[in-house]
Amino acid sequence: MIAVIDYGVGNLFSLSSSLSYLGLENEITRDPARLETADRIILPGVGAFADAMRKLEETGLVPVLKQQVQKKPMLGICLGMQLLFDKSYEYGEHAGLGLIPGQVCPLEDDLQDKTLKVPHIGWNALHLTRPEDPLFQYVNEGECVYYVHSYYAKHCVESTLATSEYELPVTGAVRRGLVYGTQFHPEKSGDTGLRLLKAFAEL
Amino acid sequence: MITKRIIPCLDVKDGRVVKGTNFQGLRDMADPVEMARYYNQAGADELVFYDITASVEGRGLFTDILRRVAGEIFIPLTVGGGINTLEDFDRVLKCGADKVSVNSGAIRNPGIIPAAAQKYGNQCVVLSMDVRRVDGKFCLFAKGGRENTGIDALDWAEQGVKNGAGELVVNSIDTDGVKNGFDLEMLDAMAKRVNVPIIASGGAGCKEDFAELFRHPGMDAGLAASIFHTRQVEIRALKEYLRAQGVEMRL
Repeated sequence: MIAVIDYGVGNLFSLSSSLSYLGLENEITRDPARLETADRIILPGVGAFADAMRKLEETGLVPVLKQQVQKKPMLGICLGMQLLFDKSYEYGEHAGLGLIPGQVCPLEDDLQDKTLKVPHIGWNALHLTRPEDPLFQYVNEGECVYYVHSYYAKHCVESTLATSEYELPVTGAVRRGLVYGTQFHPEKSGDTGLRLLKAFAEL
Repeated sequence: MITKRIIPCLDVKDGRVVKGTNFQGLRDMADPVEMARYYNQAGADELVFYDITASVEGRGLFTDILRRVAGEIFIPLTVGGGINTLEDFDRVLKCGADKVSVNSGAIRNPGIIPAAAQKYGNQCVVLSMDVRRVDGKFCLFAKGGRENTGIDALDWAEQGVKNGAGELVVNSIDTDGVKNGFDLEMLDAMAKRVNVPIIASGGAGCKEDFAELFRHPGMDAGLAASIFHTRQVEIRALKEYLRAQGVEMRL
């Protein structure tokens, strides 16, 4: 069973539907016991970093999460991926879960070409820096995935699995141990995204 | 780099897809769920659903359709039509929409844009507008293009973006349904005023029209309905053609 963490951030309908479509048993939950029973965990997220982190802390799940990722794979999606890092500079400076070294910074500040639009929104090609990772078992170099974000993960070369070009290499997928994250939305990335979720379920 | 997007638009009335010419003379086309499946297979980058139903009964049918589409089509879905309040945003987002498009609702109550942007994020709020030339000026029209608001469309777009709209759907009434190309003059004027993605709508008749559109800087997506529905332009063939023309495409 895949536990999709429900902490009141974002819409989980598509994510849950895509897992069900793949025939993967899933449960939207905030029950610590269910995270313990689950064989995999997904941390979704849409919105602002500080607000999401506060809501996640309010569920009391943070210690459970930190313990569970020692023994089972977890996937953070979009803001859920950003929360995995040490800290974020979205409207101030906020601590994250600290599961992956790195920082989340405003994309706009690092773009030279000011005509480039932020949020970085749309389909962008995925460049696999670690094509051998099992997460990419069914995904090929250059396939497009769907992004919607204004902040991006930096100083995380060690854990970077894939990037997408937006004048600079935007961190697309990361991994440290059993903790995975994708900045893009696999549940909105068509067939490519479904194949990635299938691979996650087989890790 | 980010690819340009090809977006079929499904106007849904009482549970069926319809498409008018110059906003009049609706004619029945097909079942929305079936069409969504077809477009997903064909390589559409996103789908837009406009609920043009007026009745409560029709609204119920629409949310049911949306739920069914979102349950099996995993590309971004934008929903518009009859969006006036935050409750309307909530209703369609819960059914699987990713973005919500406001048009007349924002004209009646401009406060809906910042309120929705604050609650759901700018990326979720799409400002859709119907624009027509009146005495050489681009005017904003309401009520499905029937009523001139007297508002300057370029000012409206700029203000909407300042208030939190993350994307614009710009539909030219002058070129809509004419199939003689997008309204590039108007779209260029719009692109000079805003720095959010612009989805061009109204006037696409053939694949060359899309190539011409994407030669203009600031154009991110091309939206069309009937030419895709009738398969006069086939999406995959269009995208292959555009890529051959040097346009970044997801294939």
